[in-house]
Amino acid sequence: MSTFLSHWLTQDLLVIAGFSLLGWVLWSGSHHERWQRAWQRFRADRSGVIALWVVALYLLVGALEVLHFPDGQGGSRSVLDRFIGGIPIEKSYSAPLAHTLLSEAKPEPLLSRHLLGTDALGKDVFTETLKACKTTLIIGGLTSVIYIPLGTLFGILAGYFRRRVDDAIQYVYSTIASIPSILLLISVILVLGKGLGTMSIALGLTAWVGLCRLIRGETMRQAEQPYIAGARALGQTHWNIITHHLLPNVLHLVVINFVLGFSNIVLIEAVLSYLGVGTPVGTPSWGNMIDSGRSELSRDPLVWWNLTAATVALFGLVLALNLFGDALRRAFDPKRG
Amino acid sequence: MLNFIIRRTLYAVPIVLGVIVLTFLLFRVVQTPESIATMVLGPKATRQAKDDFIRREGLDKPKAVQLGEHVKKLVTFDLGTSWKTGRGLGETFIEGAGPSLMITVPGFLAGLITAVGLALYQVFVRNSLLDRSMTVAAVALMSIPAVVYIIVLQAIGALMLNYFPASGFDWRGLGTLKFVALPIFVIVIVNLGYDARLYRAIFIEEIGQDYVRTARAKGVAPTRVLSVHVLKNGMIALITLTVAHLPALIMGSLLIENFFGIPGLGNVLVMAIQTGDLPVVMASVYLGSLLYVASLILTDIAYALADPRIRLS
Repeated sequence: MSTFLSHWLTQDLLVIAGFSLLGWVLWSGSHHERWQRAWQRFRADRSGVIALWVVALYLLVGALEVLHFPDGQGGSRSVLDRFIGGIPIEKSYSAPLAHTLLSEAKPEPLLSRHLLGTDALGKDVFTETLKACKTTLIIGGLTSVIYIPLGTLFGILAGYFRRRVDDAIQYVYSTIASIPSILLLISVILVLGKGLGTMSIALGLTAWVGLCRLIRGETMRQAEQPYIAGARALGQTHWNIITHHLLPNVLHLVVINFVLGFSNIVLIEAVLSYLGVGTPVGTPSWGNMIDSGRSELSRDPLVWWNLTAATVALFGLVLALNLFGDALRRAFDPKRG
Repeated sequence: MLNFIIRRTLYAVPIVLGVIVLTFLLFRVVQTPESIATMVLGPKATRQAKDDFIRREGLDKPKAVQLGEHVKKLVTFDLGTSWKTGRGLGETFIEGAGPSLMITVPGFLAGLITAVGLALYQVFVRNSLLDRSMTVAAVALMSIPAVVYIIVLQAIGALMLNYFPASGFDWRGLGTLKFVALPIFVIVIVNLGYDARLYRAIFIEEIGQDYVRTARAKGVAPTRVLSVHVLKNGMIALITLTVAHLPALIMGSLLIENFFGIPGLGNVLVMAIQTGDLPVVMASVYLGSLLYVASLILTDIAYALADPRIRLS
C-alpha cells in the first residue's frame, strides 16, 4: 500500500486528479448564476485577485515538486528538482550568500553560494523551503478530500431530513466538537502512528464539524424556499433534490470554507510538528523548519535564516488564503461583507 | 432558573459519555494491546515484559468489561495512574492546574481587554483607511503560527534583552510575575489578530441597530454610545464566541507551557505525548471536554441572565 502510494506515477495521477476535481467544481459552478455574479464582483476586488495569484503560485510550486518523471536510472526526479536541483550539500550551517561555513574555529570554504544559506545538515534552505510547498499541498489536499465530502453530505442530510437524522448527526458532531481539537488531533495521530497520511486523517476527522454545522444551517434555510416545495410537488426524488437543487445552492459555502480551512491546516501543521506528532523528520516542511529554529535562535552565532525562510513562506500562503477567502465571501454575499 | 440549569446539564450527559466512548474506541479498540505495550516499553522490550504489562493493565480483558471499568472510573473522577511515573493523575492534574491558571487566566483577560479595545476603536473610525489597515494587520497577525511567536518573543525577551528568565516557574509572590509575564504577553499576541477581527464584526453588526440611532438622535456622544450601549449589547454575542474559542486557548497554553518550562497541565500533556503515556492523554481529553461542556453550560446560563428576551422554557 505504502509503496503503491509513494510511487511517482500514483502521485502524478493524484495531482492531476486533484486539479481536475477543482476544475470540475469551478466549471460546474460557472453555469450557476450566483457564481457568475460573484465572479464579476470578485474581479473588481483588487486584494482578492492578488491573493488568488499568490495562492496559484504556491500551488504551482507544490505541484511541480509532486510531479515526477523517470530519470532514466530506475528512479524518478521531480520537475522542480530539474529546475533547481544540483545545488551541492554542505557540511553544516552557512549564512545566506556566505563564502565559508558558519564556524568560527576554522572557516571552511563552501562548495557553492546559497541564496538563503544552509541548515544543520548542509541542505540549501531556499530549495527546502520550495520543496515544503509539496508537503503542505499534500496534507491540505488529503485533509480536504476527507472532510469536505463528509461535512457537506452530513450537513445537507441533517438540514434536509431533520428529525432523527438531524438528531443523530448533531449528536456526533457535538461530541467531537466538545473535545478540544488539538487534543483529538494528538490522540488520533498517537494511535494511528505519525505520518502525512495519518495527520491528514486526524485533521479531516476534526475539520468536518465546522463545515457540517454551516451547511446544515444553510440547507435548512434553502429547504424552506418555495423552489424545494415545488420540486417535491413535481415528484422529484430526495436524491434529485439534494444533488440538483440543494448542493448547487450551498456549494459556494463549501468553496469559501475550503479556502479558509486550508489556511488553518497549514498553521496547525506547524503546531503539530513542534509537538513532535506532525510531519516526520526528514520530510521538508515549514513546521519542521520552524521547529528547528527553536534551538537555532539560542545558538551563538545566531542562525535566523531557516526560521525566517519557513515563516515568510508559510505567512505568504496563509495570508493569501485568508485574503482570498474573505474576498470570496464578500463576492458571494455582498450584503454581509 | 434552577429547572433550566438542571435540564441544560442533563443534555450534556450523553455528550460526555460520547467523549468517553470515543476515546475508549481510539485507545483501546483501534490500538491493539500489543502496540500499546510496544509504545510504552519501547521496541526492545521482551515478550515476557510486554505480556506482564498487558496483564497488569487489564488490556487482555474483554473490551466490554474494559469499557465498563473505564466509564465507572471516569464518572467517579478516578483518573488512573501514569504509566511512566506511577503517580495518581488526579494529584498530577491538581498540581499542574495552579501554574496553568497563572498564565491562562491573566492571558485571557488581558487579551480580551486589548482585543475589545482595538475593535471598539476600529468601529469608531470605521471604513477609514486606518480601520482597513487595522483589519489587514489583524489578518496578517493571525497568519503567523503560534509557534513562531513563541520562539521569536522568547529569543528577544529572554535571550537578547535579558528582561525575563527564558524558562522556569516558581511560587514566590511577586517573583512569580517575572516568570509568567512573557508567557502571558505571548498568549495575548497569539490570539489578538483573530479576536480583534471577530469583535469588530460583532460591534459593526450592533452599530446598525435601531437603538444606536435612537441614542445618537437623543444627543448621546458617539464615544459614549460605543463604550456603553454598543459594548454592553455586543458583550452577549462576544461571550458566546469567546467560549467557542476556548479550545484554541488550551492549544496556545499547551505550547507556551512546554516552551517556557512552566509545570502546568499543558506541560504534563506534552511530556505524555512524547513518552506514549496514554492514561495521561486519555484523562486530558476527558478533562478538556468536561471543561468545554461545562463552560458551554455556563455561557447559556450567563446568556439567559444577561438577555431578558431569552425564554428559559
